Amino acid sequence: MFLLRKTFYMALGAKVLSLVHFIGGIVSLGLQAVVLIPARPLGGGRIFEQAKKVGVDSLPIVALVSFFIGVILALQTAYIMQKMSSEIYIASIVAVSLTRELGPVITALIVAGRSGAGITAELGTMAVTEQVDALVTLGSNPIKYLVVPRFLSMTFMLPVLTLFANAIGIFGGYLIGVYHLSIRSSLYMNMTFGTLVYKDLFTGLVKTIVFGMIIALVACYEGLNVRGGAEGVGKATTMSVVNTFIMIIAADCFFTALFYFFVK
Amino acid sequence: MAMIELIDVSKNLGGKQVLDHMSLTVEEGETKVIIGRSGVGKSVTLKHIVRLLEPDEGSVRVEGRDVLALHGRELNELHMEIGLVFQGGALFDSLTVGENVGFILREHMNMAQSEIDKRVKESLALVGLYDVELYMPADLSGGMKKRVALARAICTRPKIILYDEPTTGVDPITADAINQLIDELHDKLKVTSIVVTHDMRSAYKVADRIAMLYEGKIIAEGTPDEIRYSHNPYVHQFITGAAHGPITDGQNSVSTNAG
Repeated sequence: MFLLRKTFYMALGAKVLSLVHFIGGIVSLGLQAVVLIPARPLGGGRIFEQAKKVGVDSLPIVALVSFFIGVILALQTAYIMQKMSSEIYIASIVAVSLTRELGPVITALIVAGRSGAGITAELGTMAVTEQVDALVTLGSNPIKYLVVPRFLSMTFMLPVLTLFANAIGIFGGYLIGVYHLSIRSSLYMNMTFGTLVYKDLFTGLVKTIVFGMIIALVACYEGLNVRGGAEGVGKATTMSVVNTFIMIIAADCFFTALFYFFVK
Repeated sequence: MAMIELIDVSKNLGGKQVLDHMSLTVEEGETKVIIGRSGVGKSVTLKHIVRLLEPDEGSVRVEGRDVLALHGRELNELHMEIGLVFQGGALFDSLTVGENVGFILREHMNMAQSEIDKRVKESLALVGLYDVELYMPADLSGGMKKRVALARAICTRPKIILYDEPTTGVDPITADAINQLIDELHDKLKVTSIVVTHDMRSAYKVADRIAMLYEGKIIAEGTPDEIRYSHNPYVHQFITGAAHGPITDGQNSVSTNAG
């Protein structure tokens, strides 16, 4: 019994240590990336290229999913609201849910699964084929060359994508409200934009900036620390997506509580 | 003055003592070949010279400068002076051949594009490649990748070139062509070179001196002929490629000269 307990505590200790090591690694990578942003060469072309990969190339899937989320949200809300003859509030519920919560989180999860996994696989392959070492021997800092463009583009493009996702989701809800539930178009629009306040949009966008940083840093950290060939790249990619998802939901919970209690 | 000095370098990687108080000196203009079995620490030795790895103990000196004391711009300058040719080429997949070769010029030197293009062409010509600037690395054969990697390494006209298994994974004819290239570059660019290999044909062809690494130490060193006719049983087993002998039997009587 004593041995079993000892083994349990040792395993728990190892997990806690590995978590501290992981968080420390992410924070350290983030700080190094921020310090290296102004270092020359600035690498504008690389930032632009990454912004296209993360932003423009993700737009179709973000648009599709957020449209469906808007439709689903409107239909699910209608299920309850019709019982209370309050269909008119569907517009407000869809708008507020999307801008405050679903838009930022769903967009972040899509981008983490699509671009975050891609970044880990790309950097991981570079690490195992010695391309990262080659960068160092060619006088370039891998954090400046590889991490900074991805960090900046993810941090700036995720809020932009979220704005698109919000708009398209609201449009999905609008179609259900107007064409299925026969709510007048002008009334639906009034209920949508009349309810939304600056704080709704602000809180949602602040979260996405943090989500963007999390996606980029976790993806780069996992990629640059790949060991063990193709199998290592596969494992790192899986860990990158899993860890990013957990950190996004945890950060979302933290910010939601923060805004609920402190931003009136 | 020695160009490269590794003094009493020890390195433990993942619990394995890869280098154990290993010392090695390479004189200016010399081509030194390090031979040894796979996993014996040959590539680890090269990585210490460009500070991709730092020793647990000992010191590494290049042209008298302590590599571990270099930071920032000084370390970048060291990297400009050393060209490292990686085993698999380590070409950047997302860049064309021309962009790979001219990488360091574009990123770190204030050169006009036309000047960079000219230097890239010259470097590719030195390794016998013409009109391949727009190819992607994925479109190249193994031998061509090695040549492009070599062209990238010599683009800054370094004083030192380090080759990590330059002939591994290519056919014998390409291997011989690469050996010839190493010789030609040595003559044309007057560089100091270290070639890490377990290909004895290559070692005899390019070396001024050969050093054998075994169990973290240099156990024998000499000219190609001294190594070829060495009585050291470890060296003998390695150069003859015998399946049985002291290396595989794990015997311990290691002498420290080529004998």
